[in-house]
Amino acid sequence: MEQVLFRHNKPGRPVTFAEYCAEGGFAALKKALAEMSPDDVQQAVIDSGMRGRGGAGFPTGRKWSFVPRNLPGPRYLICNCDEMEPGTYKDRVLLEKNPYLLVEGMILTAYAIGVEHAFIFIRRGYETPAANLRRAITEAHEAGFLGKNILGSGISVELDLHLSAGRYICGEETALMNALEGRRANPRSKPPFPAIKGLWESPTVVNNVETLSNVPFIISHGPTRFKELAKLPEASGMKLFCISGHVNNTVCVELPLGMTLGEIIDGPCGGMLPGRKFKGCIPGGAATPYLTADHLNLPMDFDTVAGVGSRLGTGGIVVFDTDTCMVGATLNLTRFFAHESCGWCTPCREGLPYVREILTRIEAGRGVPEDIDILAEHAKYLNYAFCALAPGATGPIEALLRLFEDELREHITKKCCPFRR
Amino acid sequence: AVTPREAAVDVMKDLQGHYGWLTDEGVVEAAEILGLSPLQVEELATFYEMIYRRPVGKKVIHLCDSISCWAMGCETLMEHMAKRLGVEPGGTTADGIFTLLPCSCLGNCGNGPAMMLGDNMYEKLTPDEADKILEIERRKTGESPA
Ligand SMILES: Cc1cc2nc3c(=O)[nH]c(=O)nc-3n(C[C@H](O)[C@H](O)[C@H](O)COP(=O)(O)O)c2cc1C
Ligand code: SF4
Ligand code: FES
Repeated sequence: MEQVLFRHNKPGRPVTFAEYCAEGGFAALKKALAEMSPDDVQQAVIDSGMRGRGGAGFPTGRKWSFVPRNLPGPRYLICNCDEMEPGTYKDRVLLEKNPYLLVEGMILTAYAIGVEHAFIFIRRGYETPAANLRRAITEAHEAGFLGKNILGSGISVELDLHLSAGRYICGEETALMNALEGRRANPRSKPPFPAIKGLWESPTVVNNVETLSNVPFIISHGPTRFKELAKLPEASGMKLFCISGHVNNTVCVELPLGMTLGEIIDGPCGGMLPGRKFKGCIPGGAATPYLTADHLNLPMDFDTVAGVGSRLGTGGIVVFDTDTCMVGATLNLTRFFAHESCGWCTPCREGLPYVREILTRIEAGRGVPEDIDILAEHAKYLNYAFCALAPGATGPIEALLRLFEDELREHITKKCCPFRR
Repeated sequence: AVTPREAAVDVMKDLQGHYGWLTDEGVVEAAEILGLSPLQVEELATFYEMIYRRPVGKKVIHLCDSISCWAMGCETLMEHMAKRLGVEPGGTTADGIFTLLPCSCLGNCGNGPAMMLGDNMYEKLTPDEADKILEIERRKTGESPA
């Protein structure tokens, strides 16, 4: 199977700069600077149909096109490597294997949108990816791919790393900009959108590690080639899936968008753990509603997963066997979101602990039938929050009510968790 | 860097490295370095999971309690470690060596239960392995077993 992001991977160690260059690395950058205008680069990414890999799936080229063209003053590009969405570890694996794709992708993106100063925002605990990137940036500088007057083109780009100290909300793009500026990382109001007023009030683009790492292939091999890698005509490109939970191989793999959930679990994951049966999964990180055994034939792409009331999200699939208590799982997820709430707005700061308490009660066998209605109603209120964290937190709650109501009711009628022995 | 305050997290981490935790003195010093008020530093210090505004042990254990590690049994592991160390989650051992903290996803979800101890990541932890790691780490500090 053709690989885009994992094509240079070496077993057990990161690819070296020399290997990357010998295998076609930085060819896209040379091509773009020699033959393409910034608009051509942007158009190629628009034509590729690539959608953002950070969770929301926004078309990448379109996002870039919102940056005003002729304003004086700086513009910024930020790579989002906060990756704190539970169940998600793809950006770490990618950067542990190959930091150069991101560096090249960021230089290309900076060229496309007229950026001279770009940042990579890295979470705490990702010291190895950070070290790999630091080395890659130095090497790119020495080879003349970064810094002033890149390859004699007159284009200049600087790339800085920012190491964070652990907080999920820093991954929200406007909170991230506050964090980077050294302010408390509460989200900012939108509008104005980052493309107009972002980092230090200047036009800013925020993209995920995986999104930016795909850009070199789109430029070197062409948008059509990228698009056609997907297994569905409507989809575009490859996607990193990182799988955890009750399967034999918990791997991070690059697969064509549109492979079915069942194909992923039975193929690269080697099926369920011995003696276990599939009950359900989270398809793409903590904020995405559950899928069940009814969805094993569902092709995994943005629109197809959205079509059954969930989201492709980050590609972080968490698999649960039939012994897993879905009330317990939802309680765990709600506890996470309540803990990571930044406290800025009331629906989230007060609402999530309230929902957590109800779920705690039900899980402990102290629930009453009315709790189910309260949960359903309260899940709606969370959508009135200031940023996308609380609406994301409703994902598992809403899906628990929709798909596993019988389990909820069993906790209440039996006055205990039926899965605890 | 474009502005001095951008370095806030780095400065807080360095001071924490020096004092063991971000002390009141540390906050004042960070404020001087960054050109901020101590209150502005406090606002940042209290925001991050890995900045400690209270005393911690020589080694801080961050045990992931998010969904993938939960599915792989992190609750049992937390109970075991708390009992072994004789502390509640969040507490510091009487000899001041370990602080046991639950934490959010460490980005190592395929290898759960995952734990960070200092700068080291541990994967697919069983209670027995956790015991061994605690023993080794305790020995490194030169203290005898509890
Ligand atoms: C609470 C919260 C946390 C987020 N965390 C991340 C993250 O860690 N990494 C990421 O790429 N996007 C994260 N996002 C999404 C970003 O806000 C943004 O949409 C994304 O970085 C855009 O990149 P893309 O267009 O390349 O997908 C998060 C969003 C929310 C609401
Ligand atoms: S929804 Fe939650 S995380 Fe977002 S601004 Fe409100 S309190 Fe903060
Ligand atoms: S859920 Fe534990 S490391 Fe991600």
